[in-house]
Amino acid sequence: MALGPETIREIERAEIERSRDIWADNENRRREQDAKEKKRTEFERVSVDQRVPLPKFRPGDTVKVHAKVVEGDRERIQVFEGVVIADNNTSCRKAFTVRKISYGVGVERTFLLHSPRIEKIEVSRYGKVRRAKLYYLRAKVGKQARIREDRNPTR
Amino acid sequence: MVDTILGRKIGMTQVFDDRGQVIPVSVIEAGPCIVTQLKSVETDGYNAVQVGFGEVKSRLVNRPKSGHFSKAGVTPTKHLRELRTDDTADYKLGDAITCDIFKPGMRVKVSGKSKGKGFQGVVKRFHFHGGDMTHGSMIHRKPQSSGATDAARTFKGTRKPGHMGSENVSVRGLRIVRVVPEQNLILIEGAVPGSEGGLLTIQRMQPR
Repeated sequence: MALGPETIREIERAEIERSRDIWADNENRRREQDAKEKKRTEFERVSVDQRVPLPKFRPGDTVKVHAKVVEGDRERIQVFEGVVIADNNTSCRKAFTVRKISYGVGVERTFLLHSPRIEKIEVSRYGKVRRAKLYYLRAKVGKQARIREDRNPTR
Repeated sequence: MVDTILGRKIGMTQVFDDRGQVIPVSVIEAGPCIVTQLKSVETDGYNAVQVGFGEVKSRLVNRPKSGHFSKAGVTPTKHLRELRTDDTADYKLGDAITCDIFKPGMRVKVSGKSKGKGFQGVVKRFHFHGGDMTHGSMIHRKPQSSGATDAARTFKGTRKPGHMGSENVSVRGLRIVRVVPEQNLILIEGAVPGSEGGLLTIQRMQPR
């Protein structure tokens, strides 16, 4: 008895772990596919215990988000690459906003970090910024919208 | 079989479903409800099971109550409620009704005491439109007329400012998302009445 906020945090932790399990499954599938293509029979499996670590990234970093999209009745993976401009919420509700310029138009997408609809996240560039929310980038284009690269990232 | 259980609202969070969609859920500690008394047509005029729910400090249990509990041979509980059912023969004193009477996907009715809102005006309490805030209106959130002058009185039930909330509210048709029998937890999609820690009655609805 006397269940309280800890119970909720417990449920949220379980949700996060479930999402890591799905990532491990995805990674194993990818490795299997890779091994098949190279006609190798052996490949190293990720055990669910190790799980696939979440890449550490912050606003200012450039990431590639492999998200599942439904097209008609089939699913495929779409890569959305852009600058992380914001982090929102905590725990299993944690989300981040990615901004990219697509054919001259600014496009922003908010992803749930622990969503099973995200296959994989890769960090392609670390940025050096002094703000938690980079909403000022929306008002800037071209050279002004650049972010200094962090050569010694401590994430 | 009883289709109702007592529970305590713990709070809200969100979970992902099989398709990866987010579902907002209320987390409820439901049961175990201990049978404390069986009511029958012969003795009481109707059939029901009386159940107790929730821990209580022993010093808060008065003499009449502790006598009632010891008669049933169970440890005292905080709340006592009657659940109407025709087959009381399925139960005996001390039996526990647990949350495994529910399965994910079932529709339920959740009742509880809503959060108290205090003394409120008619705009919040009865969704009156109110007047303009500007343009010299002078009628901002006033209730305005309370009736015709011919009647020379205000009719009973006319909507007026007054106490709002802290009353029994039911939400029907909520879906059960997950049941965790080990922890006596059920996750119900959407919001349920009352503040965190409040007593709730969760009743299964007949599928249409």
